[in-house]
Amino acid sequence: MTAAGPIINETARLRWKTWGCAAVVVASNVCGNYFLKSGMPAELRTPLDYITVLFRPTVTLGVLLLILWLASRMALLSWADLSYVLPVTSIGYVLVAVAGRVFLHEQVSAKRWMGIVLIMLGVALVSGGTAPQTYSHQTARGDER
Amino acid sequence: MKWLLVGIIVGATTIGEVLQAMGMRRHGEIRDFRPGAIGRMLSTLAGNWMVVASVVAMAVSFFAYLGLLTVAPLSFAVPATAITYVFETALAKYVLKERVSWLRWAGASLVIFGVALVSA
Repeated sequence: MTAAGPIINETARLRWKTWGCAAVVVASNVCGNYFLKSGMPAELRTPLDYITVLFRPTVTLGVLLLILWLASRMALLSWADLSYVLPVTSIGYVLVAVAGRVFLHEQVSAKRWMGIVLIMLGVALVSGGTAPQTYSHQTARGDER
Repeated sequence: MKWLLVGIIVGATTIGEVLQAMGMRRHGEIRDFRPGAIGRMLSTLAGNWMVVASVVAMAVSFFAYLGLLTVAPLSFAVPATAITYVFETALAKYVLKERVSWLRWAGASLVIFGVALVSA
């Protein structure tokens, strides 16, 4: 009984920390990609164009958000499994489709909504059903439920 | 052109993200998020070749992605590069030695099918 308390607290601590950090990863990625796309010109012709485009304000904001995405993702991977982080952060695809629909007026077909539902199911399975970390302390935290 | 860029993005992303996970695991769990601690962490990470190589690979992926966004809509670019999930989950199991349970495979499979549908 005395040993169970700290283990449960440690599992809960890691889960909440993981979800908080994953939320930052997803939000910075979706917003970063959105600003990048909306600031992008129709065509990039020369290698220099790839550099100068970075100085457009919306593209700069997008790049800064993607730097935050990289940093938060690195922090997340310092304790969470890659095979956990990948499906869980894929909720971003859902937000991208919704953002594309709302802000860029892209078409969202019935097929695409189906895809969104499947992605959300996958995210729910992995985030609800498996522990964020399996490669160490295996004896304390099981992956299978 | 579109699919060549997708190929470059998928290759660079897979290599970059697996190296990133390896490098960060070697670093250990980040517990201190105060600015000073983050600064010290960054200088430590600058000497971690896996993290440095992962940033290079992801930069390649990023510029290829910028190129892709000019020839394809976001709703094509994002889902088309999602094949990385298959490669990365397999590498997570065999290279990173993670315990990829049936729930994780099921979740990853749903995500892959979902992304394929979203891109269709």
